[in-house]
Amino acid sequence: MKSTGRKKPYLKVAFLGMVAAVLYALLLLKQDIVLEYISRGGMFAILPIITAFLFSFVHGSFTGGFWTVVGIEAKKERR
Amino acid sequence: MHDVAMSNFVNLDTLNIAYLFILGFVGGLVSGFIGSGGAFVLTPGMMSIGVPALVAVASNMCHKFPKALVGAIKRYRYGQVDVKLGVIMGISAEAGVLIGAGLQNKIKVAFGDAGSNLYVSVAFVLVLAVVGGIILKDVLKSLKAGTTNDEETLTKLAKWVQSINIPGTMVYFKSLNARISILFTIPVGFATGILAATIAVGGFIGVPGMMYVFGVSGLMASASELVTAFVMGLGGSFKYAMHGLVDIRLSMIILAGSLFGIQLGAIGTTYVKPFMIKVVMATIMIVVMFSRALMVPVYLSQLKVIGELGDTMTKVLKNTSFAIMAFALLIGAFIILKALWSGLVTERKLALKKV
Repeated sequence: MKSTGRKKPYLKVAFLGMVAAVLYALLLLKQDIVLEYISRGGMFAILPIITAFLFSFVHGSFTGGFWTVVGIEAKKERR
Repeated sequence: MHDVAMSNFVNLDTLNIAYLFILGFVGGLVSGFIGSGGAFVLTPGMMSIGVPALVAVASNMCHKFPKALVGAIKRYRYGQVDVKLGVIMGISAEAGVLIGAGLQNKIKVAFGDAGSNLYVSVAFVLVLAVVGGIILKDVLKSLKAGTTNDEETLTKLAKWVQSINIPGTMVYFKSLNARISILFTIPVGFATGILAATIAVGGFIGVPGMMYVFGVSGLMASASELVTAFVMGLGGSFKYAMHGLVDIRLSMIILAGSLFGIQLGAIGTTYVKPFMIKVVMATIMIVVMFSRALMVPVYLSQLKVIGELGDTMTKVLKNTSFAIMAFALLIGAFIILKALWSGLVTERKLALKKV
């Protein structure tokens, strides 16, 4: 038993994982549309940037939670 | 025109996707720990599956800024990030990137691909030899004096920089708990940008610059560098994307792996002595330096400065160089994972004792 007594964020991680999976599925299944838009350049440049932010937010929260769930966490007290 | 643009993008199969994911993980792990360093396997790694060089550079950059953002947020929670320093460095680095990219272009026009490759490799070798050498000397000194557990001491240079007062340019940085003139931070940021535009890893100047010139601790320097990388990468990605060069599929697949890695790398920093950051950094820098040095004769021969090397020799040098580079990152990853593992084991034992 962990001594911290804190509940692990299973639900949140599972939810974020699913959202991340959907995002990745869309990106890879709709490659034609994705490539069509990113090859346009110009002000369409905002699209890959927004995509990057969105993915980093969802997938970043998921991977952070993922390590917590598998029990790898930062050291409790800092020096 | 449109077809030309579309031909920039490769077909992705499952194997390629898995390969990019693993590449991203290792790159992320190292970046999370030392603040930078994944780029040099990612760009050649993408090129090895047929991605054109420029698209590989652009797509790498577009995975770098969101990765740096996630890493920076994580390490901010551990109190390791000096946002102000990172942003000021990032803006001056942006200027460095523009000048560096211009220089890169001029060399390419004047001396062709081989000339530009030679310039990049020589820059790699010189910077890594000097900076890696300084860090290695520092590491060896601590080892010899048995002070690996101590708090880091300020270098003479940092003491001098912190003692100079130039009215109107002084800014307080929490990582230093002191005021220094931004006339010192701007050149370091600028050099970081030039290096980022040249070898894609600006952190090799940024992090040691913050440590030895300003006096920031290794932990805070590597964490604040993530903010700099974010600022620099965001601007650069937008510029490349405007030319339709960012293959967002590649960026996001690498990001998928690297976000697992960067979180783990960041967690790793909380278990190690600040000294370990320097050990990993010096190791990677010195090994990568040898890897790039091997390529110098290849480019010299292409430029006809030295005699022809022959196909077999060129191939051997190229493959050995890439293998050494991959080895550098794997060694880095191994040291980080080992430090993390032993830290976790100790922590669990302590937790059990308390119960």
